[in-house]
Amino acid sequence: MKKTRIISRLDIKNNSVIKGIHLEGLRKIGDPNELAIKYYNQGIDEIILMDAVAAYYDRNSLSEIVKKTCCNVFVPITVGGGIRKIDDIQIALNAGADKIAINTQAVREPEFIKQATKVFGSQCIVASIDAKKKIDNTWEVYIDNGREPTGKDVIEWAKQLELLGAGEIMLTSIDREGTKKGFDIELNKMVCESITIPIISCGGAGKNKDVSELILNTDIDAVAIASILHYNIEDIPRLKECLNDHEKINVRL
Amino acid sequence: MKIVIIDYGIGNVRSIFNAFSNQGFDPILSNDSEIILKADGLVLPGVGAFSHAMKNLKKYGLIDVIKDYSKTGKPLLGICLGMQLLLDGSEEFGYTDGIGLVKGEVVKLPIDKSHKAKLPHISWANIYTKAIGWENTILNDIHLNSEMYFIHSFAANLENENEILSLTEYFDITFCSSLKKGNIYGCQFHPEKSSKVGLKIINNFIKICK
Repeated sequence: MKKTRIISRLDIKNNSVIKGIHLEGLRKIGDPNELAIKYYNQGIDEIILMDAVAAYYDRNSLSEIVKKTCCNVFVPITVGGGIRKIDDIQIALNAGADKIAINTQAVREPEFIKQATKVFGSQCIVASIDAKKKIDNTWEVYIDNGREPTGKDVIEWAKQLELLGAGEIMLTSIDREGTKKGFDIELNKMVCESITIPIISCGGAGKNKDVSELILNTDIDAVAIASILHYNIEDIPRLKECLNDHEKINVRL
Repeated sequence: MKIVIIDYGIGNVRSIFNAFSNQGFDPILSNDSEIILKADGLVLPGVGAFSHAMKNLKKYGLIDVIKDYSKTGKPLLGICLGMQLLLDGSEEFGYTDGIGLVKGEVVKLPIDKSHKAKLPHISWANIYTKAIGWENTILNDIHLNSEMYFIHSFAANLENENEILSLTEYFDITFCSSLKKGNIYGCQFHPEKSSKVGLKIINNFIKICK
């Protein structure tokens, strides 16, 4: 058996946690450090800190937030957004990150994933895919925080990222992101069947049932949630209790 | 008292430093042999590839230093890859010799596609004991079946079962999740990333060093 990880994803812009819909239309939620500590104390399994605008503006500015968070939060921390060079990874790790999420740069230069896993190990590199459904029921890879279509097929790209050495895939459905309408089960199923490395699924969780439905119907390894926690729809102990007691899903309690 | 975290250019030592600080004790980050030999407690961290880590230990001339340190009987704690390095060797990418303080080999988790287990094994998982009691060890007062954070594809296969401090299961695979040989400790999980129960283990290690 495995325990499905429940991860809190904090998208950050100008030192504030923000939340949008379809990765756009951003609304301020609160202070990243305070929220990270709150979720840690409630029993979150991991935290993802994403620089929401870095990919777009070609910069990375999370270091100070990461440094502060890592002094108070003792669960794994993944940092992403605007990672372009080996040096960017080193800076994030030095700040205290455990894992690094890479998206845009992987598409621009796939060998970067290979190079990064060689230097830091596969366990450190999370390849992030932003997926958008096409009319023909396939999914296309988007970069620059969901703004730029790439013409790449999500399934093929996931397979390639595994071959390049990525340790995990973080899969975000742009169509569902921020909508609280539930996960794109079909997308998650398809990607799970195509690769053998762990998958973190993001985008769409609005209630406990959305999370349990995803876990019961696919072979994903971790669920990243944002709206549920940010808008106080549910707290972490209640969510985990619901998964564990009502749905018989194995989670860390 | 001085506790030294060996800083040899492998992965993220910051979070281990922070975990000690959180428990009210600031360790020293160093790769200087004199500082290491004078330490009252030593932590060997590590993530990534076994061979790369051994190469770096060699580069800093630290293999004999760690061996000499362990002969004094002072506490040593290897974390994740740092635990694996304490063994005789690893089958990761061919075969690489380890430091050789604990008898055994590091082997890939024997995943069989039929049971849906994925690699790397990235998950929280329970620890339990088979042979050794946990009192007066780094697991002192830790509840049986506590959940710890794991991220690894390889695990230590110890020759001497009496050195297995805890076991953990991943689907139908059972592996050694922590070891104790005298004052040499190793944990495959990351105590510094295992929330409050992990911090308690760090605290236990500090107490053992005193």
